[in-house]
Amino acid sequence: MKFQKEKNNKSNIEEGIVKVILFIMALSSVISLGLITFFVFNEGLPFMINYGITDFIFGTTWNPTDQVYGIFPMIVGSVIVTVLAMLIGAPIGIAVAVYLVEIAPRRVAKIVKPAIQLLEGIPSVVIGLFGMVVIIDLLRRISRGPLSEYLPAGYQTGYSVLAGVLILAIMILPTIISISADSIRAVPQEYKEGSYAMGATKWQTIFRVVVPAAKSGILAAVILGVGRAIGETMAIIMVVGNSVQIPIPGWETLFAPVRTLTGNIALEMGYAGPEHRQALFATGIILFIFIIIINSLTLLLRRRRT
Amino acid sequence: MTNQKESNAIIEIEDLDFYYNQTKALKNVSLDINKNEVFAFIGPSGCGKTTLLRVLNRMNDLIPKTRVVGKVQIEGHDIYDPNVDVVQLRKSVGTVFQKPNPFPISIFDNVAYGPKAHGIKNKKELMEIVEESLRQAALWDEVKDRLNDSATGLSGGQQQRLCIARVMAVKPEIILMDEPTSALDPIATLKVEELINELKQNYTVVIVTHNMEQAARVSDKTALFLNGSIIETNETNQLFTNPKEQETEDYITGKFG
Repeated sequence: MKFQKEKNNKSNIEEGIVKVILFIMALSSVISLGLITFFVFNEGLPFMINYGITDFIFGTTWNPTDQVYGIFPMIVGSVIVTVLAMLIGAPIGIAVAVYLVEIAPRRVAKIVKPAIQLLEGIPSVVIGLFGMVVIIDLLRRISRGPLSEYLPAGYQTGYSVLAGVLILAIMILPTIISISADSIRAVPQEYKEGSYAMGATKWQTIFRVVVPAAKSGILAAVILGVGRAIGETMAIIMVVGNSVQIPIPGWETLFAPVRTLTGNIALEMGYAGPEHRQALFATGIILFIFIIIINSLTLLLRRRRT
Repeated sequence: MTNQKESNAIIEIEDLDFYYNQTKALKNVSLDINKNEVFAFIGPSGCGKTTLLRVLNRMNDLIPKTRVVGKVQIEGHDIYDPNVDVVQLRKSVGTVFQKPNPFPISIFDNVAYGPKAHGIKNKKELMEIVEESLRQAALWDEVKDRLNDSATGLSGGQQQRLCIARVMAVKPEIILMDEPTSALDPIATLKVEELINELKQNYTVVIVTHNMEQAARVSDKTALFLNGSIIETNETNQLFTNPKEQETEDYITGKFG
């Protein structure tokens, strides 16, 4: 038969080998995820169950030398810093995206876009360094100066929630800008023309038609920003002070030193004994769950859009 | 009012040239369109009829590197005068586009969009405008029970009538329609055409179409465009039954285009 497959044809064998190799490579990311998940849960979960899940999550004391492992202060620290960073970073990021796509003259966009990409590429330790030198110094002057009467001594070092918030707000900007800019760019020209053709101004068109039409993409951008913020470690360790305590509620919170979940793991893993180590893995589980929730939200939004 | 001599003409175009970059898309166009008249632009694709339509409410401003030479007056005012507020112009000269383009928001909000943009906030007043506009667009009965549903769930024909209602909610003098039925099925087309007939009692309608039967059915006057110039303008039935120019006769008998 003319078109029959030759069993030992060289190119057929090659084809088969390439396919297998590519498949293994594709699997590797799934396998790594599986392995990491397995080890984190394998190390952390038995400890969490032994210690008591509620005691672990809601315990307010973290004292590994006395075998007391409550991570609630760290959860509070992570959540406060992330939420406040989003409150600052998200509106700025969305505004920049709107400006870049809808308003900026081409010359300005040509400068701003690469700058944003560069910002994304700066290693977090370098941003942390900037925070330590510039932001901490500024905050220390404010808290030791005009605010010294109102703040407890421990809140006057400059290492604080606010420092972490400012650093994180900067770090999530590129994510939020680039993803929301994409979704704003994807808004059909017809919507804009329809709006202009009724005598709407540019502002009205942007805020009543363009942004609402890009809503789901912008929301996805914000959620990814949250993911980035909650997972950030290095820069945060350098500026938030890392003391395990729940801040005084009220505006003083801004100047309180806190520790985040990520910081807890990174700071103590180096010298942790066996049980302590398991407690840190269990901290990792909590972070893991946060990230899973955030990613599922993004997926859900993506699906709704299509 | 600077120009009252031809009291009936609401749109007066005089020696208009239009450029995209260096390309001349309209050449020496002169045209008068009367109040409460349905005026059709016909001609093959790329002949400039849509361009002229966009010139009439300065939608071409949105395209970079375009240039207008000549004079366009609406109600006696030069609309390319530097002191003209484009927002006010577009408020009185609305556009219905080729592809229905309702915003991805509720039916009510689509129609209320224009009035809201022009500062009407009173809920009751907005509701009245929405109902009146939807009734005028012959859509009220079909949507009155689901005003809060998304407009994108309507059929193509309903979407287009919604877009017409949306334009009427702004209470324009002139409605420009750019091939408003080219994306619709025959029944929806018929409904829109009936609507156009109603509209001329209160509005001046300029419609671009490449469907000659449609021009014949809906319009009072017709202009034939070829390569950026107007070949012939006349009463619609005159133009179709008794064309003066050879090119018109060739076009309407289907020799080209």
